[in-house]
Amino acid sequence: MNKKILKRFDSLRLEGEKARSNVIRPGSTIIQVGSATCENAAGAREIREEFRKHIASSGRADIVLHDVGCTGRCSLEPIVGILRPGERPVKYQQVSREGVHRIFTDHVLHGQPVAELILDGTQKSGSRYEILFCRGERCGNLAARGLQARLRERLEQRGVGADVVAVQGVNFADMCVGESKFQGGHFLVRPGNHLYRVASDADLERFIDEHLLADRPVQELIVQEQPIGQNFFELYGDISFFNRQSRIALRNSGIIDPTSLPEYLNAGGFHSLARVLAAGDPDGVIAELSASKLRGRGGGGFPTGSKWQMARKEPGGEKYIICNADEGDPGAFMDRSMLEGDPFSVVEGMIIGGFAIGASRGFFYVRAEYPLAIERIENALAACRKHGLLGEDILGSGFSFDLEIRLGAGAFVCGEETALIHSIEGERGQPRIRPPYPSQSGLWGKPTVINNVETFANVPVILEHGAEWFRHIGSDKSGGTKVFALAGKVNHTGLVEVPIGTTLREIIMEIGGGCPKGKRFKAVQTGGPAGGCIPATHADLAVDYDTLTAMGTIMGSGGMIVMDEDDCMVDIAKFFMKFSADESCGKCTPCREGSKRMLEILERITAGEGREDDIAKLERLGLLMKRTSLCGLGRAAANPVLSTLRHYREEYAAHITEHRCPAKRCAALVRYSILADKCVGCTACARNCPANCIAGAAKKPHAIDPERCIKCGRCFRVCRFGAVERN
Amino acid sequence: METIQLEIDGKKVEAERGTTLLQAARKAGIEIPTLCHDDRLAPFGACRLCLVEIDRGGRKRLVASCAYEVEDGLVVKTVTEKIVKIRRMIVELLLAEATTGPLEVLAEKYGLKGSRFKGDEPACFLCGLCVRYCAEVKKKDITCFIGRGIGREVAFPSDLARSACPLCRECLPLCPSGAWYSLYLKGYEGMPEEAGPRPGA
Repeated sequence: MNKKILKRFDSLRLEGEKARSNVIRPGSTIIQVGSATCENAAGAREIREEFRKHIASSGRADIVLHDVGCTGRCSLEPIVGILRPGERPVKYQQVSREGVHRIFTDHVLHGQPVAELILDGTQKSGSRYEILFCRGERCGNLAARGLQARLRERLEQRGVGADVVAVQGVNFADMCVGESKFQGGHFLVRPGNHLYRVASDADLERFIDEHLLADRPVQELIVQEQPIGQNFFELYGDISFFNRQSRIALRNSGIIDPTSLPEYLNAGGFHSLARVLAAGDPDGVIAELSASKLRGRGGGGFPTGSKWQMARKEPGGEKYIICNADEGDPGAFMDRSMLEGDPFSVVEGMIIGGFAIGASRGFFYVRAEYPLAIERIENALAACRKHGLLGEDILGSGFSFDLEIRLGAGAFVCGEETALIHSIEGERGQPRIRPPYPSQSGLWGKPTVINNVETFANVPVILEHGAEWFRHIGSDKSGGTKVFALAGKVNHTGLVEVPIGTTLREIIMEIGGGCPKGKRFKAVQTGGPAGGCIPATHADLAVDYDTLTAMGTIMGSGGMIVMDEDDCMVDIAKFFMKFSADESCGKCTPCREGSKRMLEILERITAGEGREDDIAKLERLGLLMKRTSLCGLGRAAANPVLSTLRHYREEYAAHITEHRCPAKRCAALVRYSILADKCVGCTACARNCPANCIAGAAKKPHAIDPERCIKCGRCFRVCRFGAVERN
Repeated sequence: METIQLEIDGKKVEAERGTTLLQAARKAGIEIPTLCHDDRLAPFGACRLCLVEIDRGGRKRLVASCAYEVEDGLVVKTVTEKIVKIRRMIVELLLAEATTGPLEVLAEKYGLKGSRFKGDEPACFLCGLCVRYCAEVKKKDITCFIGRGIGREVAFPSDLARSACPLCRECLPLCPSGAWYSLYLKGYEGMPEEAGPRPGA
């Protein structure tokens, strides 16, 4: 163990702490504003400016504006957090300029939270304390559930009411660090952010007597080390969307200022790197990663430890490490959010990777459509270079390593690793045959490791808390968590990070809140455009790389698009096939010609011109693509069609033989007409018809001219009398 | 050079380490169909006609024989029912795009009388021989692929590139679809006189 390196790191951390406390003085009120692309698009920049003006005119030096990344609660952005010293943090949703004024005057200045703007309507109870009690569902610790029930009982017996305390059941797999055998319970008490560990009824009594009734935290029962999820739970633990998640890869997103190295250091950042460099044992790093069962988060699911090992054992000379941030799946934004919310953890993971495989240079391959992510990475790299965390002789260890950014020009296929390498080399972005694998011969013919953003973000915490802790969180075959981008017909769209092995039902129905307007959840499409659809009947599937593959879909990079009863599966398959046909590089025959022909057939079917043998043809073409395409993109591109053929064959058949779209989605197969006995002649349909094809006098039944109808469905939606019929 | 023993279609075959399955098979007199392969060029693996089945300890996989290097003790099958079906399908897909030359021969071999898919007009099927020959053998890079997916085509990247063409015409006979000759001439249409020499008839 090289003590000099650790000492140097400690002085860097102290320096950071000083720099941070100069910005945020103890006792300040902090106003947190999200500053990722999504937040900015929702108006966060204007909000920030408005707060700045309010702070300036109030003349208060103890109110600080704090930029953070995004939390992943997309549909309710911009989100603002108010942290008054000694009080529970309050988050506000969809804050507008008027909202800023109210929040500032009522809450920031006078301590009265603005109830109707509070995120998800939480914190309506006026209790002094709030307890977030872990149910132990993630680790199967059943004792926790019993203790929680007994705590509630005891509070009732003692007459401690809702004015004093509110208890909420949550799941935080990342809190009881490495204590799988502990039979007891953990809970977090706010304000104060005390994490308790209790094992018996006597502990509960003591907690009630001393902490709740006498305001004296019981030091002996409080966990001293700070688990990585604690900061997140202190801020967001009261919100049901967040408190079932386990934020490990996203541990700092929405909490720290992504542009500030001191804040990252303060959150425990670069400690792993310092320890790794001090230990000077690359094989130890790889062994730890292998033991953690971390698998590639970009979609392939290849064990990261093995990948690094392969590159490490290649004979010396130059090697490279690449971060694949060419996120192109429709509806996926995990990588962007991570790079915008916490770029330093990805950088740290890459430096550790470089050290482990013996590389001296690395590349960020980021799509050019992510300007803010690029800006944040650039800023992070500059800060790291300035403080000796990148460049020559990192932290005095003798290890030299530097990172550069390369921009992707918007080709989806460049997310495929061999195409990505071509793109960096300046060649046409098209895949090549493997083997040789990039870990043997990659960028410029040198051994190269390519990992996804999320994979790198996990590396520092695995080394910090140990492989066993990480493995314990996930399933038997893969450790840790996975971040999903929940989108489509779901109430709470956003980023969801849950332990691998969590069921689809929990992700979609409980965290996601189910489908809007009470519609029936029909299916979910996972893994981006090349993933398959899983029907709602399989909602209890535990999400893992292998279980998804068995269902005919893929983990992919974590896209999850929810569909409800109004979605036509043939139409969905057509949408994704169109995407794949457009984004195929066109190099190999099966992918180029196969996707073109499959798209032709799907267009024919949705237009009501399907032929008897079309299903068989789709299946044959799909299998051809799957078996014979050159790269992973082509091999997976038929998944949306093959999986819907497997689970929704009758929908295809209805289109072809009955010329009927069961979901009433395919315009060519839908007819609109007006029921004369229900129509009151209000003229709403006629006024809204963009094709002017509805005729009829006021107060007389109207009629649609089917020849001119463009089937936009507007009349169906605007009719308040149920007179427009769709079939 | 180290010699390796492997089995192709039940035949014991010797091959030098570093050579491909296709080379080993052809040396042993076993024919594997190809459209995008040329011995002078690096393996491209795009047409997928040369797929063969390899068996390594009971794990069967389809690989492109033009790029897969020989391995000791590997058991290779170049013709199975599955492979024939795949080749037939690939030829049928390509047949919708072009009908000339080697494709006709392959169509006959796999018993195809035309394609069930409708093509626009006989066109290039993007084997890339012309592009790669110019780049790898002539080191000129006069032509390139542009576009992607079904929009991919062979073209001159610029007037400058076109005017640098040495007019060796060695790319013309390489084309299995017969589309390159007309594309090549078309590429010179509208090129100003002073931009350089142009190919004769």
